[in-house]
Amino acid sequence: MKEKGKRVIPGLGLSLGVTITMLSVIVIIPLASLAVFTARLTPGKFIDVITNRRVLAAFEVSFITAFIASLINAVMGVILAWVLVRYEFPGRRIIDGMIELPFALPTAVAGISLTALTSDKGWIGRIFDHIGVKIAYTRIGITFALVFVGIPFVVRAVQPVLEKLDGSYEEAAGVMGASRAVIFRKVIFPEIRPAVFTGFGLALGRCIGEYGSVVFIAGNQPYKTEITPLIIMAKLQEYDYASASAIALVMLVFSFTLLFAVNLIQVRNTKILKGGR
Amino acid sequence: MAEAVLSPVKQRPEKKRRTSSSDSARTARPDLIHEDGAGSKAVRLFLIGLSFLFIFVMMILPLATVIKEALKQGWAAYQAAVTDEYTKSAIMLTLLATFSALAINTVFGLFAAWAITKFHFKGKKLLTTLIDIPVTVSPIIAGLIFVLVFGRQSFLYPYLKDAGIQIVYAVPGVILATVFVTFPFISRELIPVLEAQGTDEEEAAALMGASGWSIFTKVTFPHIKWAFLYGVVLCTARAMGEFGAVSVLSGHLRGKTNTLPLYVEVLFQGFEWVPAFAVSSILVIMAVVILVARNIFEHNAKTGSGGV
Repeated sequence: MKEKGKRVIPGLGLSLGVTITMLSVIVIIPLASLAVFTARLTPGKFIDVITNRRVLAAFEVSFITAFIASLINAVMGVILAWVLVRYEFPGRRIIDGMIELPFALPTAVAGISLTALTSDKGWIGRIFDHIGVKIAYTRIGITFALVFVGIPFVVRAVQPVLEKLDGSYEEAAGVMGASRAVIFRKVIFPEIRPAVFTGFGLALGRCIGEYGSVVFIAGNQPYKTEITPLIIMAKLQEYDYASASAIALVMLVFSFTLLFAVNLIQVRNTKILKGGR
Repeated sequence: MAEAVLSPVKQRPEKKRRTSSSDSARTARPDLIHEDGAGSKAVRLFLIGLSFLFIFVMMILPLATVIKEALKQGWAAYQAAVTDEYTKSAIMLTLLATFSALAINTVFGLFAAWAITKFHFKGKKLLTTLIDIPVTVSPIIAGLIFVLVFGRQSFLYPYLKDAGIQIVYAVPGVILATVFVTFPFISRELIPVLEAQGTDEEEAAALMGASGWSIFTKVTFPHIKWAFLYGVVLCTARAMGEFGAVSVLSGHLRGKTNTLPLYVEVLFQGFEWVPAFAVSSILVIMAVVILVARNIFEHNAKTGSGGV
């Protein structure tokens, strides 16, 4: 039947042709240019570029802030998803809607407004200034912005799994005398763990490459608060295309690896979502 | 529709359906779970309180900050910034880039979804992976690759120059960057829905002699209408707000290649805070409209794709 279906419905040649042509022109050929330009560097020069002290410092800043922000998001994301799925309370729908704000609000707007909010004159910055903690123009500020950017990824990954969770396992555990905490740890968490990892991975991938919301709040001091995308931007402004490509390629390899890992987890996740365990 | 599960992030319509029937039979009955009532109530209150605090600090306060800073010097200053000549040209360029992205990605999304869901061919898995790439690429890298392809050091540059076409630091570059970052947004909403729907109806229509076009408009499109609109909303949100990729390609020429987000940056870096936040407020309003539209389309996808 499948073989027959292939021939019955018209348009395979046309639709596949258009798809592959557009994909090549807009995505594949431009991305391939990254490899072409990096190849202009000798291997030794390539190593020099990506192990330059300032570049390494930027990798470190990007990775650490993105990692901490994604950890915070993993915890807060599970709490938010739990609250939205399990509890009825006034304002639930508003919270549910607001979760998507980081997807809808332009990153530059988020960037300047989080900066104003956490600078020593802002509503939040003022409070922390009293206890001697600076948020804007430090790594804390970068992390703060990345928490904003990444939160929807975890909530939207965990929420559907929690909704599909079969209550009878919790009941069984409850009848047998398990406390709520034990039920969460032993029954619920193992079920949502793949979804939490997926959300964590997606948030991490987004946070590592994030530019707009971070660039204003970061302060951009070399070695301290300079993120990797900003280094690429700087190399571009010096017309050093080969170095820019080399650093970009390292980032790209990292995000593809992350994406691959997320996909592996998602295959398992989909099985749980489809009902069969 | 119900089984349109490709990944947890992509299946909101189904999720909603479950939420609305909130306490379905599958949820555990709390009375069967042994606990001390007061403790559980405290946990519940704490978690709800924490959620409200988080949303208040991370979402409400930033929005309120934009309004507060924009109106700091009064209504007249706000109005002057919003109706400024450069603001208007930034709005026009943002709209142009957004509509271009919508048009190109719609064409791509429809063809790609049709090819991927209605036929069997080798390399399908690879194709769907490649389509998703733009989402995982850092916006700065998205801008960088187009500078590499069309910039001064590219082998294409002499030909483009002879033809009088400038892409980098010009409007076409801004449009290209916007198209790239939103490229899969429509196809990835359509594919799960079409996949779940199968090919039976199209096969029947084709056997009865319908043309490809009428199969698409009469049989397929009614099923994907709301998923399509949902994709349009997501695409619009990202396109009008794109900053990093556009920033690399634009050159920041006031009145020429500045989109709204770029103009916000120029103003903010120039210490023109009130205008920066005033222009931001336009984008905030657009974001709120998008959030509301998203909810409506989601609701419609939930109540069935039959009604208009």
